[in-house]
Amino acid sequence: MERLFQAIREWFINLAGKFQTDFIVDNRWRFLTNGLAVTLEVAFFAVILGIVIGFIVAIIRAGYDRSRDSAPVRRKKGRKRSGPVNLRALFSVAAWRRLGRGLFSFANWLCKVYLTVIRGTPVVLQLLIIYFVIFGSTNISKVFVAIVAFGINSGAYVAEIVRSGIMSIDQGQMEAGRSLGLNYIQTMWHIIIPQAFKNVLPALGNEFIVLLKETSVSGYIALEDLTKGGDIIRGRTFDAFLPLFAVAIIYLAIVMLLSYGVSRLERRLRSSEH
Amino acid sequence: MSTEPLIRVVGLKKYFGDLKALDGIDLEIHKGEVTVIVGPSGSGKSTFLRSLNLLERPTEGEIYFEGVNILSPSANINLHRQKMGMVFQHFNLFPHMTILRNMTLAPVQLHKLTKQQAEEKALELLERVGLKDRANAYPSQLSGGQKQRIAIVRALCMNPDVMLFDEPTSALDPEMVGEVLDVMQNLAREGMTMIVVTHEMGFAREVSDRVIFMDEGRIVEEGSPAEFFSNPKNPRAKDFLSKVL
Ligand SMILES: Nc1ncnc2c1ncn2[C@@H]1O[C@H](COP(=O)(O)OP(=O)(O)OP(=O)(O)O)[C@@H](O)[C@H]1O
Ligand SMILES: [Mg+2]
Repeated sequence: MERLFQAIREWFINLAGKFQTDFIVDNRWRFLTNGLAVTLEVAFFAVILGIVIGFIVAIIRAGYDRSRDSAPVRRKKGRKRSGPVNLRALFSVAAWRRLGRGLFSFANWLCKVYLTVIRGTPVVLQLLIIYFVIFGSTNISKVFVAIVAFGINSGAYVAEIVRSGIMSIDQGQMEAGRSLGLNYIQTMWHIIIPQAFKNVLPALGNEFIVLLKETSVSGYIALEDLTKGGDIIRGRTFDAFLPLFAVAIIYLAIVMLLSYGVSRLERRLRSSEH
Repeated sequence: MSTEPLIRVVGLKKYFGDLKALDGIDLEIHKGEVTVIVGPSGSGKSTFLRSLNLLERPTEGEIYFEGVNILSPSANINLHRQKMGMVFQHFNLFPHMTILRNMTLAPVQLHKLTKQQAEEKALELLERVGLKDRANAYPSQLSGGQKQRIAIVRALCMNPDVMLFDEPTSALDPEMVGEVLDVMQNLAREGMTMIVVTHEMGFAREVSDRVIFMDEGRIVEEGSPAEFFSNPKNPRAKDFLSKVL
């Protein structure tokens, strides 16, 4: 009993010493605070980029799915047009329409490829490819690269969130907008998106939480984020316990705070009627 | 050209997969006419109405609106829809906007009116349906009857040449049906061209100029309300009337 007590006492004294070398000496705590700033910066801008990409992809995908439902007019073969028609105008408008439809289905195909590739490969690999292959020969800010990589990655997940949000809006809303003469984009922008956005706001909050944790692989491109900061301290002091646990606690605290915010938001949205 | 009908439908067909919802509709609608469409459930009334502003794409046939074939690839349907107001069974108000914004959104976005003009017009229309004091309310704060009256004036804000109604009172509590029918009756009196799908036989009898009876995607009887209600010729129409009257 006595010896156990003694051991615990020593361990704590030891720990205090380690705390000193891990965080106080040479202001090493700055690796954590600077790293945290980088992590938050990357996650914040990446989620914004992800939301922009996600919305664009979702609108293209949802629009394509719905436009396929309404089959084009089948015309009787060989029927003559009645009345004089300005053939040139007819040709050009129809040609533009065809071109538009062609571009639309190409865009839809591109979106599908994007979703498949991004969700089918590990995010670390995407980060490495973007850093070493795509921006390989340029001297570019690592923070910027990380924002781009995580933003592109997050966009694929946001797109599916937003698509389900758009699909959950009653079809009558689109019909009402279109029946007033608004075109597809105008109806989306003014009527569907604001309602869908409200519906998916909590899910987007959760996406931010996921993203925040995912950025912890930024160390692969030697970006000094929070995780890397803890690891640098470990490398200098040869103590793994305190730096890594400190990092874990910081992540946990932020995630818990954000989760609390999301659930409060969820409750507020549910109780508000418009 | 004064006899050119406002809407002319020729041989309109619509298939949903193998299901034939419209089986060759021919119809002319003249300016100022109030046409009521009745018929059993699934007879294609909604599909026909929704084909007129291309919420459904017909499979075959022609629709001329103000002399233009709106099914031709060169027609700009958004432009034609501005002239065709539509009122839905479930109102379809925009829940995230005030009543005023619901009404002014389209005319302002489509540059038909400035924001100020649109608001003036909206308030004037709201006054006419007795809802001016609700201009800044949200749809969720209104009763069903109020919502439908708003939906009607929202469509009117675009100054349409024809109004399409798809069972405008079917989703309402009975005590609210009257207030909506009153608005529609006033509209008819002012000379609006209207096509109304409804089960309200009183409205058909008193307000309409013509009743159309549809069955299995076809128009099987057509006539003045007096003729239709007192002396239907088609056996299906007879059967239908004996059930609803
Ligand atoms: N989007 C759709 N997809 C498949 N079938 C449809 C669709 N819309 C309508 N139909 C079918 O087409 C037929 C005509 O439907 P429609 O809604 O036009 O009838 P209605 O006369 O309006 O009936 P109700 O009085 O019940 O509203 C029905 O058999 C219906 O099931
Ligand atoms: Mg119907």
